[in-house]
Amino acid sequence: MSIDLETAAKVAKLARIKVEEDALPALASEFNTILGFIEQLNEVDVAGVEPMTSVTPQRLKRREDVVTDGGMQDRILSNAPDAREGFFAVPKVVE
Amino acid sequence: MTDLNRLTLAEARDRLRAKETTSVELTEACLSAIDAADALGAFVHKTPEIALERAKAADERLAQGDAPAMCGLPIGIKDLFCTKGVDSQAASRILEGFRPEYESTVSQQLQDAGAVMLGKLNMDEFAMGSSNETSCYGNAVNPWRRGNDDAALTPGGSSGGSASAVAADLCLAATGTDTGGSIRQPAAFTGIVGIKPTYGRCSRWGIVAFASSLDQAGPMTKTVRDAAIMLETMCGHDPKDSTSADLPVPDFESMLTGDIRGKVIGIPKEYRMDGMPEEIEKLWADGTAMLRDAGAEIRDISLPHTKYALPAYYVIAPAEASSNLARYDGVRYGHRAKLAQGDGITEMYEKTRAEGFGHEVQRRVMVGTYVLSAGFYDAYYNRARKVRTLIKRDFEQVFADGIDAILTPATPSAAFGLGEMNDADPVQMYLNDVFTVTVNLAGLPGISVPAGLDAKGLPLGLQLIGRPWEEGDLLNTAYALERAAGFVAKPDKWW
Repeated sequence: MSIDLETAAKVAKLARIKVEEDALPALASEFNTILGFIEQLNEVDVAGVEPMTSVTPQRLKRREDVVTDGGMQDRILSNAPDAREGFFAVPKVVE
Repeated sequence: MTDLNRLTLAEARDRLRAKETTSVELTEACLSAIDAADALGAFVHKTPEIALERAKAADERLAQGDAPAMCGLPIGIKDLFCTKGVDSQAASRILEGFRPEYESTVSQQLQDAGAVMLGKLNMDEFAMGSSNETSCYGNAVNPWRRGNDDAALTPGGSSGGSASAVAADLCLAATGTDTGGSIRQPAAFTGIVGIKPTYGRCSRWGIVAFASSLDQAGPMTKTVRDAAIMLETMCGHDPKDSTSADLPVPDFESMLTGDIRGKVIGIPKEYRMDGMPEEIEKLWADGTAMLRDAGAEIRDISLPHTKYALPAYYVIAPAEASSNLARYDGVRYGHRAKLAQGDGITEMYEKTRAEGFGHEVQRRVMVGTYVLSAGFYDAYYNRARKVRTLIKRDFEQVFADGIDAILTPATPSAAFGLGEMNDADPVQMYLNDVFTVTVNLAGLPGISVPAGLDAKGLPLGLQLIGRPWEEGDLLNTAYALERAAGFVAKPDKWW
């Protein structure tokens, strides 16, 4: 499996990371090195093996479905790059 | 009394309790050492006011006789931990200026026990790296050098600032985190002790997430006893982390008897790598002999899927990272790119993430995106998770056969030079974690103990891997190894 420029561009798009056109060949080549390393996994016989979902065999704890915290709008917005009138502000999404 | 910053946690605790020193004195000694050590690049956000305020409060507690073990002891906190009101940016530009409104559970527990935070420590960006060279703050530097050669060496990574600070006596101990070896590898490179507990022992709440099924916090200390003391304070159930284990935390320090007679130590043949330096081979053989002399039974074992741990890790960790790091979108915190006329929200995401993430982080997020994308999910991600099941099964098998702990080298080499790996492909850097990463995949506790020096005078570490939830027993075996190895060397001060 080899990654071409088109695939590299598509992955960057999916990851929402802007990659300039001239940086794509180097990126594709790094992907191929890493994926080449990962290919070793194909040597392993995994027939009948369950994929791991939890490394410790314990059930996730449950709690009462009630509000435990809240009422701190100012604190939640305090680190926002742009907050206005109690909201996170972003560029216009809907025309 | 000078050089209070050189004390171990246990020594400082005992002096505080005997009223031979104060937390303020200890803290001031560390703050002076930190200010004189900017060349190490270890502390990236210093918090002297907070430190002195907490030291005074600790002295009052000590005067009242209410003194938990960590009370009054000055420590450093890795930048990955969110600390209330104090910059916490995971060494990334994308979190520039981020001051959390909350405190991570682990740092809160340390604070509640009276520990004094001196500041935040350098690390690889989002804990992705093995040399601390991906940090937005610049490199952390190892206080150790190769003899008289003044070439700057890596303290390892990702907890490189923590390792450098503890080895150079800038603090008595530090927190670290370990996703593939990020506590144990830097500990080995700097001649200190680092333990990654069983997955679920320490709450992950408030620690910037890298790969959630692998991340664990742990202490980085000067001695095994200190690791026992600090780990106990860091552990415990936390309802805010659904993977946190609701199990009692034993008094680890009281389990340090040094008596390991009758314990069965496994030596896994798959850890004998082709081209392993002779010095590492010798260290491993010496460590084996030390444990045998201390009365342990040594047994050769096999962990057949070891070879596949790194490739599995480099599917699973980037996959989880790509998901975890999706939250950095320039909306809720940290950096947002300047937008051009007509840019919409997609451009905002793409430019923000291109500017905010460094090269290694971008690469891993994209690899993770790829292995999770439609058409490749089964071939890569699910296959890696199946291999992970097999890797864990290898360990379960040897533990079921009566093995109490496993002895391996901690790293395939001593500390290398900063910049030395610049021309290597990313996979070469990943090989640093070849002995440590299996432990994260299997969720087991692992500890790195300094055990000797190489021919150039650099520290080398051995790793012990324990049964799940048996950190106390593991620490005791490490204690026996530490006593037998008698590692007391310190780096010559050049900074």
